[in-house]
Order: sequence, then C-alpha cells, then structure tokens
Amino acid sequence: MWKFIVRRLVITFPQIILLSLLVFLMAEMMPGDALSGLLDPNIDPAAIEEQRIKLGLNDPWHIKYADWVAGLVQGDLGQSFKFKMPVTELIEQRLVNSFWLGVATLIFTYLIAIPLGITSGRYNDTWADQMITGYTYIGFATPLFIFALVVLWIFGFQLQWFPTSGSVEPGMVPGTFEYVLSKIQHLLLPSLSLALITTVNTVQYLRSEIIDTKQKDFIITARAKGASESRVYNRHILRNSLLPIAAFFGFEITGLIGGTVFVEQIFGYPGMGQLFLESVVGRDYSVVTSVVLLFGIASILGALISDIILSLVDPRIRIK
Amino acid sequence: MSKEMLEIKNLKTSFRIKDNYYAAVDDVTLTLNKNEILGIVGESGSGKSALAFSVMGLHNRAKIEGNILFKEHDIANISPSKLNKLRGEAMAMIFQDPLTALNPLMIVGEQISETLILHKKEMSQKQRKEKVIDLLNKVGIPMPEHVYGQYPHELSGGMRQRIIIAIAIANKPELLIADEPTTALDVTIQAQILDLIKTLKDDIDAGIILITHDLGVVAEMADRVAVMYAGQIVEIADVHTLFDNPLHPYTRSLLNSVPNTQEGQEELHVIQGIVPSLSKLPREGCRFAARIPWIDDSAHEENPVMHEVAPGHFVRCTCHNHFHFPDESKEDSTHGIS
Amino acid sequence: MGFLDVEDLKVYFPIKGGLFNRTLGNVKAVDGVSFSIEEGKTYGLVGESGSGKTTTGRAIIGLNDITAGKVSFEGKDLTSKKSKTSAVRKDIQMIFQDPYSSLNPRKRVLDIVAEPLRNYEKLSKQAEKQRVGELLEMVGLSPESILKYPHEFSGGQRQRIGVARTIALKPKLIIADEPVSALDVSVQAQVLNFMQDIQKELNLTYLFISHDLGVVKHMCDDIGIMYKGRYVEQGTKQDIFENPQHIYTKRLVAAIPDIDPKNREAQKQFREEVQREYEHSYNDYFDNDGLAYGLQSVSDTHLVALPEKG
Repeated sequence: MWKFIVRRLVITFPQIILLSLLVFLMAEMMPGDALSGLLDPNIDPAAIEEQRIKLGLNDPWHIKYADWVAGLVQGDLGQSFKFKMPVTELIEQRLVNSFWLGVATLIFTYLIAIPLGITSGRYNDTWADQMITGYTYIGFATPLFIFALVVLWIFGFQLQWFPTSGSVEPGMVPGTFEYVLSKIQHLLLPSLSLALITTVNTVQYLRSEIIDTKQKDFIITARAKGASESRVYNRHILRNSLLPIAAFFGFEITGLIGGTVFVEQIFGYPGMGQLFLESVVGRDYSVVTSVVLLFGIASILGALISDIILSLVDPRIRIK
Repeated sequence: MSKEMLEIKNLKTSFRIKDNYYAAVDDVTLTLNKNEILGIVGESGSGKSALAFSVMGLHNRAKIEGNILFKEHDIANISPSKLNKLRGEAMAMIFQDPLTALNPLMIVGEQISETLILHKKEMSQKQRKEKVIDLLNKVGIPMPEHVYGQYPHELSGGMRQRIIIAIAIANKPELLIADEPTTALDVTIQAQILDLIKTLKDDIDAGIILITHDLGVVAEMADRVAVMYAGQIVEIADVHTLFDNPLHPYTRSLLNSVPNTQEGQEELHVIQGIVPSLSKLPREGCRFAARIPWIDDSAHEENPVMHEVAPGHFVRCTCHNHFHFPDESKEDSTHGIS
Repeated sequence: MGFLDVEDLKVYFPIKGGLFNRTLGNVKAVDGVSFSIEEGKTYGLVGESGSGKTTTGRAIIGLNDITAGKVSFEGKDLTSKKSKTSAVRKDIQMIFQDPYSSLNPRKRVLDIVAEPLRNYEKLSKQAEKQRVGELLEMVGLSPESILKYPHEFSGGQRQRIGVARTIALKPKLIIADEPVSALDVSVQAQVLNFMQDIQKELNLTYLFISHDLGVVKHMCDDIGIMYKGRYVEQGTKQDIFENPQHIYTKRLVAAIPDIDPKNREAQKQFREEVQREYEHSYNDYFDNDGLAYGLQSVSDTHLVALPEKG
C-alpha cells in the first residue's frame, strides 16, 4: 500500500508543474502586463520600454516562468493592481473564508446524502424512495445560481433569518464567542444552498451502491447465517456501500470549487470564488492566475485524497 | 424419535412477473432423514435452487404455499425472528459460487465468527477465535491462524469454498443444504470438497440436501435421489434404484445424455425441444409430454400425480409405462406393464 | 509433418510492479508445449484452471502473442509476421465457451453469422442471405431465424449460432474452448453430437479444450494433459484413460465422479490409493518448483513427463 501511495504522490508533482506551466502561459497570452495597468498613459514609451527591460518583462518566457515559480515558492504571487496590495495578502483572508464555506458545505452534503441515500436504497421503489429520487432529479435540473438567488430572496430578504452578505458582522472582535457565532450565521445560508444542490450526486450514488450491494451473493450468505435484516444492513450492505462514498470525498472537493464561485458571488461572501469573479471582471490578471493555480492544485490534491482513501479502505487495492 | 427431520408437503413457490404469479416449485412433497444425503438433480430452470431457497426461507418476494416442517416449525409460515434463530444454527447452506458468496471487504475469520456471534452469544471473543481456528482446521485449511486474517480475494476458489463450508458447519446444523457446491471448482478440488462434505456429515450427524446438475456427483454422494423437471419432482428413489432402474422418461433421457466414461463413441441421447421458461411452463397435464412427442397422448395422465411403483420409489405420471426412445421399438422397452 | 504442429510454444505474461511499474518477472502461462494434430482428428487439451490450456488455444489462433516457439499449419509457419494476415487465418476458427456473452446481443443472427463472410468474401446481399440460411440449416436452426436476436434463443441454440459463424468460412481446423461447459447435460449432448456430425460432413479437425474428462473421452482421439503451463502426459485416448502414467493424470482420472453408484466404494478406494501415491511420490514427478519435467516417450503414442534417467 505504501508503494501505491508513494507512486501516487510521485505522479502528483508533474501534474502540478504542468498546471503551473499552463496557468503561466495563459497569463502570458493575455493582453497587457504588470506595467500597463500601473503606469500613467502619458509617460514616454521609450522610458516604459527601458523600465520593461529593467523589470525583465522582455525576457524569454522560460526565464520569466522560472522567476514566477521562484516567487511562488517564496509565497510571492505578485501584486494586485486593482487592490494595490500583494496577492498573497489579498488571498489569505479569502482562502480562510472559502475553507470554512467548503467545510460547512461538505458537512451538510453528507448530513443530507447519507440518510436520504440509505432510505432510498434500502426501501427502493417505495413512495419514500420516489420522493427522494424526485428531489434528486429536481436537484440535477435546477441551476445552482437560480436556486441560490431564490434562497437568498426568501430567507435573507423576505424572512430576514440570515444575513444577506459578508462573512461576519462588521465591528465584531475576532476571537470572541459572538464573532464565531456571527461567522457561522453568515456561513449557513450559502453552504446549505450549495449542499442541497450538490448532494444529489452523492444521494444517487449511495442509492445505487446500496441497491447493487443488496443483490450480491454474500448478502444471502449473511442471511443464511441467521443475521437479522438490520444486522445485514449495518454490517454488510452499509459498510460495503459507504466505502466508495468515502473514496468519493476527494472529488467532492473538486466539485465544490465550481459551486463556490457562484454561491460566494450571490451571497456576497468574501471568498476565493468571489475574488476570482471580481478579478476576472476587473482584469486583475495576477490575481486571476493565482486563484486559478490554487483551484487547480486543490483539484489535484482532491483526486490524490480520493485515491489514498480508496487504497486505505479497500483491501483489494491495499494488498498490492 | 422419528428418523424424519424435514418434511416438505405440497410446496408451491411462486414468483411475480408483472401481474401474474408463476410457480417455480410446484407440488413438491419430500422428506429428509437424519444422517442422509438427498440428491436433487435437475437442469437449469427445473426449480431445484428455488426449492433450496424456500427451505432456507431466503426468498424475499415469493409466495410460498404448502408446508415445510422442520423442528416444530413450519418454515412456510414462520416469523422472521424465529427463522433467524434457525438459520445458521439448526440449518445452514453451502453456496455455488465461492467467489461471490463471501464479503470482499471482511476478513474470513470475521465472516466465520459472525455465525457464532449470532447463535452462541455466551462465547467470549477469545473462545470464538479459538473455535474459528478449530473450524478452519476441520475444513482442511492450512495455516489457519494466518488465513483467519486474510481477505477472500487472497484465497483460491477451493479454499474459499472451504471457508463457506466452515461458516455452514460452525454451529453443527441438523440440516445442511448444498446448492451446487462444486460446480465452480476444478475436478480434483471437487473430489476433495465432496469428500469433506461426507466426512462432516458423519461428524455432525446432519441431513444433507445436495442440489446438483451433475449425475456423477449424485451417484457418488447421495443416499436417495429426487429428479426435478419444470418445478416438479418427477421421480424419487434410493440411489441404486434410480440409476439401475430409472422409470420416468426424463430420468432415462437425462442418464442417456451423459457422456459415459465407460463406453466410447456412441451417439449421445438428445432431449428434443427446450426446457420451458417459467412463464411458459405447461400448467396442466404431464409437463414432459412436449419433449417426447412420439409417445401417444393417451399414455399421460390428465393430472399427473406421484405413484409408488415400489417401496420408496415414486414416479410422476403414467407415461413411463409406455415410454421408449425414438430409435427403439415399443417392444424393446423393458420397463412398464407386462 | 502434421496438419497442425506446435513446437516448444511459450506464452509469457509480464508481471508489473514496484515504484515505476517495471517488469519484475513473467507468468509462464504456456511453457514449452509441443504437440501435433492429424487431419480429421479431434485432439483434446485437458487441464484445470490456470493450466494454460486456453492460452495455448488462443496463441495458436493469434489471440495471444507468442513469446517463443513455432506453430505451423499445413506446413505454413503461423508465427512469422507475414502470415498473420494471410488466408491461413480463415482456415482456423474458434468456438468460445459462453454462448451467452460471445454473441453480440444487439446484432441479428444474420449479421453475426455473416460477419466472417464480410471480412473475407465479397458477397451480394442476396447471396449472403442464402449462405447464412444454409449455414443455419446445417446447425439445425430454421433459416427463418436470421432476423432474430440472440436472446430469443436457448443456450444450446446460441452455441449452434456460434458454430454456424465458425464454419461460415469452411475452416479446416476449429479450436473449441470449453464449448459445452456452460450448458446443461441434455443441451451439451446436443452440441457434442452436432460437432461430431459436422466433423464428418466437413472433414474438420478439432482442438478440443476442456476440463471435463468425461466429455473429452467421448470426443477425442488423442489427448494432452496440461499442468501449470506444461505437458504432463500425452497419448491416445486409451493411453490416457486405461494406462495413465503420470501421477497428476491419475489424480485427474480418479477425480471424475463415477455415474454408477455401485462403484462408489471402489472409486473411493481408488481415489485414496492415488492420493497416497501422489503424496508419496510427488518428488518423482515434479521438480523443485512444482512443475512437470520434460516428456519422455513410453510407447509410440504415449509421452509422459518424467525426470531424465541417469
């Protein structure tokens, strides 16, 4: 198993390097560079050119790439010309916010998916199953951004149960209990609306896993041993069906990234997704490249986590 | 105490296909004695596995009519909790495919001890492990301590079948049902497994129902044999009578279609037509009539029942009295009325 | 020179592993197998799972790459690159084990049976239909069934559709890989009889691969017994069944269930005897790796894997 994990880790490095290269080349192809946004248009073009050479902006791409990577490694992601501050600083707070949004969403996703999936799979073709399957179809068909808008309108603006933007009430002192409470209150609505939509995949997956496992021969063996229905479900069916779901965990992370972009924008939640959209609209290229790079790395790590979990839980892979 | 330990009376097991129920097992009556192996032979679709599953109460959505009397219970009408007390304790089952009959994500030791956890609650964990090692020894697994912690995919097919047998015999059942226990195995392994089943039978003094399509396996193992065709038993007799003096046309046809290891090149007998599918089974008259069209309709009974032609030898329908193979004339047929 | 000659055939499968998935070693699925078949005869290749019998058959027809050795058919070398696409290939056809999965469920019988014809012969639609109809009649199915799909047939009928496809190109050699193991006894009888009938009619040669000694005894003239990729014994049917020499062959023969219950005791004793001999003289028949030795001849037709004398 260690061999498998080491091999899997070894594969991850070239993936990340390739990703950084792609992100860098895309940034290079975008019009303008770090100077064009900073400078007064009235400066003499010859002076600009001189400045460019001095800053290394006319160097061949591989030298620029090497410089960029050297910066990345030291935590220097460049300057945002919109916010006029280092990208690293800018991203830091957003990253923390997005992280908590992600955690909350994952918790809700599984809180919804596991009971629904189990009910639906165990009592398939009953009306409970039909209701749940109906919900998943609606979930598949509903665009996230419309659903989020409706949720925001009803619970945020009409009922006013939840705040409608931000990640914390202004004026709170970090570290206090009220501060944490306010943070959680701001998280609830966006994470819940994201989870309600994205969880339908997991519900369906769990349902079909259970229906599949239910018909396996070893379930008959378990019944023939005299195991009661509840024991058959708890010891054999659920255990075997939940393992693939656990392995799916890493891919959930990847899926989350796309969702947060919409949800953060709609709920005015200051996270990475919102930053991404803002900087795309504002042509803040150094921020866009950094965010894309981080999203990419998160996806690669998500896949890595999935594979590692799978190798840990499935003895058929573990042995090799 | 009577020798009979299991009595099946007029069993009918039906499955629902769309809006109709179709009987996969129809009007089956038989008994099993203590320390006896009853072979049930038939081809696919004959209902032999459905019969086994009915006795174990493993059919989820089937309609079961008739009686299955075992230890003061009628399994055809039993509560789930009582059934669970019987299964794994007083009756157990060995399955056809050792590849799929074990949970791939559980070590085999755990899978064997589950039967003990369910029925021997007083055992401590240590006692249980000792008992499992003992069982692994008994079914001939080398290095039982090591195998205890292995997963099914790490074992060969023969070894896995031994694990299944260990699960079945863990609580010394009185009734053991073996459903094609060696079909998925190589011949040399088959011989070993059959041998093991015989040894264990004497050891735990169980009655065994051995379900197979292989006449050779029956000839070697069984004390009595029931032949099934299209959901019904067509002939039942002790093993010597059945092989020496088979009466029902189906039994005779089946025996003639086996490549005989004794003689050589002669043409094998072919049964005309095909085994009808569940929804197309004839519901009236002799179910085998369509496969022996050269026999006159008048030879068959209108509602074929079992006739006791000799003590303990039962045959369904009267057509066996007039049966002959198409390539032999009526006079050649030595069986029947004289 | 025989009709089909297999000389020192080796088929190895690499084992991948380690950090960089390098080739660590080989599984010797077939390890130095030689035999030849005479025209019009049936040659049985017997062994248990993992013996390499199926791989041997597949290597001959080109479905598995040959690591070393030579296969020649009517004197033509099949292992050379050139012959891979040549017309020799259409003279050798294969019947597969499982009639349920070897026919494409979405194709009509017409398309299934006509497929080899379309690959090798250019026929008009009308002529093709005619030929397929004739082939179906030959295997005992009504020519009207050409427009049906495989699921409309029983197992035995499906296997006959498979045979119709196999004989479409009038092959000379048919490799039958466990053709009846998935079938019920009565259906098995049907297919075996029919295979013998068309053998006479078309002067076919069979390489009959099976684990079932009863069926092999019924069908075959000569038999080879394989164990772990090697031959342990080869001979005529009489050699193998009446005078088995290798302990593995004896064990295999002893393991066949006897269909007469009267012989039960005798069979049991015979089996115990063989088992004792097997345990006692294991080292005389297998080398340190548990593999069979090279073949030594004990009579004109009979070869047994024994250690070299002296």
